Amino acid sequence: MTTAVDTTKPAREAPYEGPLLDVRDLHVEFVTRDGVARAVNGVNYSVRAGETLAVLGESGSGKSVTAQAIMGILDMPPARIPRGEIRFRGQDMLRMGREERRRIRGRKIAMIFQDALSSLNPVLSVGFQLGEMFRAHHGTSRKEAKDKAIELMERVRIPAAKQRVNDYPHQFSGGMRQRIMIAMALALEPDLIIADEPTTALDVTVQAQVMDLLAELQAEYHMGLILITHDLGVVADVADKIAVMYAGRIVETAPVYELYARPAHPYTRGLLDSIPRLDQKGQELYAIKGLPPNLLRIPKGCAFNPRCPRAQDVCRVEVPELFPVTEDDGTALAGRGSACFFWKETLHDR
Amino acid sequence: MTANGASALGAVPEEVAFAQEVPRGEPILEVLDLVKHFPLTQGIVFKKQVGAVKAVDGVSFDLMKGETLGIVGESGCGKSTLAKVLMNLEPATGGSVRYKGEEISRLSGAGLKAVRRNIQMVFQDPYTSLNPRMTVGDIIGEPFEIHPEVSPKGDRRKAVQDLLDVVGLNPEYINRYPHQFSGGQRQRIGIARGLALKPEVIICDEPVSALDVSVQAQVINLLEQLQGEFNLSYMFIAHDLSIVRHISDRVGVMYLGRMVEIGSDAEIYDHATHPYTQALLSAVPVPDPTARESRDRIVLTGDVPSPANPPSGCRFRTRCWKAQERCAVEVPLLAAPSWLDGPARHESACHFAAEREVGQSAAEREVGQSAAERENGQNGQGGTGPG
Repeated sequence: MTTAVDTTKPAREAPYEGPLLDVRDLHVEFVTRDGVARAVNGVNYSVRAGETLAVLGESGSGKSVTAQAIMGILDMPPARIPRGEIRFRGQDMLRMGREERRRIRGRKIAMIFQDALSSLNPVLSVGFQLGEMFRAHHGTSRKEAKDKAIELMERVRIPAAKQRVNDYPHQFSGGMRQRIMIAMALALEPDLIIADEPTTALDVTVQAQVMDLLAELQAEYHMGLILITHDLGVVADVADKIAVMYAGRIVETAPVYELYARPAHPYTRGLLDSIPRLDQKGQELYAIKGLPPNLLRIPKGCAFNPRCPRAQDVCRVEVPELFPVTEDDGTALAGRGSACFFWKETLHDR
Repeated sequence: MTANGASALGAVPEEVAFAQEVPRGEPILEVLDLVKHFPLTQGIVFKKQVGAVKAVDGVSFDLMKGETLGIVGESGCGKSTLAKVLMNLEPATGGSVRYKGEEISRLSGAGLKAVRRNIQMVFQDPYTSLNPRMTVGDIIGEPFEIHPEVSPKGDRRKAVQDLLDVVGLNPEYINRYPHQFSGGQRQRIGIARGLALKPEVIICDEPVSALDVSVQAQVINLLEQLQGEFNLSYMFIAHDLSIVRHISDRVGVMYLGRMVEIGSDAEIYDHATHPYTQALLSAVPVPDPTARESRDRIVLTGDVPSPANPPSGCRFRTRCWKAQERCAVEVPLLAAPSWLDGPARHESACHFAAEREVGQSAAEREVGQSAAERENGQNGQGGTGPG
C-alpha cells in the first residue's frame, strides 16, 4: 500500500467465474400508515465482471430500492425484505453478519448517487471525504490519505487536483462533483459499481463526459456496472444487457441490441415508441395511456394490464412469470425473457 | 371531450386592450436586444455594485402567431431568466419586448395586467408551482379572480370544470388538492390554469422534464392539440433536444446569455453551423444501440464559464475547437453567414460558421433504417450484445 491507486492491482483476487452479483427472487416492502407498499416483487438479475447491466424503469418501478437493498442501505424499518437472496461471489449477503457485510460495502461494491451535491458532506473538503475511504477501510494515515485523494482526483480528470483537494463540494461544478462521486466509488477498487442515475442531474455535454469516463474506468478495472436509469438514450450508449422494471418486477430482459430492435413486452414497446422520431414530426406521439400504479394498490394480474393495449382476461387474473423468449422455431434467444403472456405477438408486432 | 371546454373559453368576453388580431405567421412577440443583469453587491449598509450576473445579455428574436419556438441550452444559459423577463416577473435591464407591436417590458399597473392575461406560463415543477393548500378548482379559477373583466359571467365553477375536461382530467376532481394527483396530472392542472384566460402566447418552461418518460408523451400531445384548438403561440423552453425538435417550428440555441443560433427545426438539427449547437446535438444520447459505433461525438472540455465574468468576444471560445484570436476580440453577431448557401444559411453567431455532419442527425437516420428493417420482418440487429 505504498503507491496509491495502482492500476495493476496485484492484491486483487482472481477474476470470479460465475456472476459477481446474483439477485434472486428479491422482495422489498415498506410498511406505511396506509398499508404495505410492495416496492420490489421478485426481482432476478445478475452481473458479471466487466459487464454493464442497465436497469430501466420509471419512478416507483423499484429500480433504486433494489440497488439500495444490494448495498444494504435501506432503512429497516420501514423497509423489510421478506424473501430473496443477494449473492455476491456466491455468498448470500442477506444472511451475513453486520461486520461481514460492512467489509463488502464500499470495498467490493460501491455506489454512485444521482445528486452529488446532497451526497457529499458540505462542511468537509472533498480531499478529506475521499481520504476517509482509505482511513476508514485501510487505516491509512491522514497525510497518505490526502495524497491518495489527489491521485484519485487526477484519475477522474479533475483539473488542478493538487490545488483543489482542499476545496469544498459547493466550489465544484455539477460535473466535477459527479466526478468526485465516481472517484469515491473507485477509491477501494471495487468489483462492482452501482450507479443510480449518475448523469440525470447533469447537462447533456457534461453528461457525455461523465458517461465516457465511467465506461473507460469500468473497462480499465474490469468492473461490473449496474446502471440505473430512466433514459433510453444513455442505456443504448453503454449497456450490454437491460432489465426493464415496472411496478417492482422485471418485465423484460434482453441484450441491448435485441431490446431496441425487437422488444417482447408491450411496456418496453410503448417506451420505445414514445420517443419522438424524425419521421413522426407533426404527428401525435405514441403515448402509453394512464399512469404508473400506486405501489399500495398494484393491479391484480399483470401490473401493466390497465395501460396495456394487448390486455386480455388472463392478464387481469394471473401474474405472468418471466417467460423465455424464443424464435418461432423454438430457438432460444440468449438472455431474453418477457413477463407477458403475449410476448410472441409483441415480438412480431409492428 | 373538448367541445364543452371550447364553449367555456368562448364565453370569455374579448378583452379591451390588444384587441387586434395578428394573422398567422406574423410576429406576435418581438424581442430586441433584451438584457437582464442581476447586480452583485458588496457591503451591508452602503451597498455598492461590484459586478453583475449577465443572465440574459442581448437576445433578439420574434415569436410568430401560431408557431412553436423551441429554446434549448444548458443550465445557466439564461433560458429560464428569459422566460421570466418576457412574463415581466423580472424587470428587464435593457432592450425591448413588443407584444402586438406595443412595448411591454416597462409596463406596470393596469397595462401590465392586460398583457399578462395574454401571455401565460406553464412552469417546470408541477410539485412547487401549485399551492398545496388550494383545491384544484381554486387554482384554476384564481386567474378569473384576478381578471374579473374577462371571467365568465355566471357559473365560474362550470368554466373550471370545462377547463379540466379540456386538459383531460376528470371534472369531478375539482375539489381535490394537488397532492392527490400524480406529476403528469399536476402538469395538466398547470396547463389548465394557463389556459383559463384564453391567452395567445404560452411560455412553457421545461414543462415535461419533471415527468416520467411514459407520461411525457401524453403532455406533449396535449400541448400540441391545444395549440391547434386555440391557435396558441408557444415558446417551449427545454433541454431535451428530441422533444424540442418534435414540437417546434423554429429552434433557438442559447449559450451563456446569448442566442448563438436560430432557425427552423431542420436548419438547426440537420444543418447546424454553430460549433456549440453541433457539440450539443452530438452529445445527446441516441436511443439506438446500433448508433454506438457510427457516432461522431464532440466531447466538450470544461464547464460553462460564470455568467458574472463571461469571456470576451465570443462566449463559447473557451470551449470551442475552432477558436482563433479574432474570437477573443470581436463579438460574433447573430446573422445569416454570407459565405453559406441553402439551409445552412440561417442566423448563427459564429465567425467560422460551417456545417458538420452532426452525430444526432446521422444517428437519427440510422434509427429510421433499423425501423425500416424491422418492418421488413428481418431479424433486427445482430445476435447478442457485446461482453
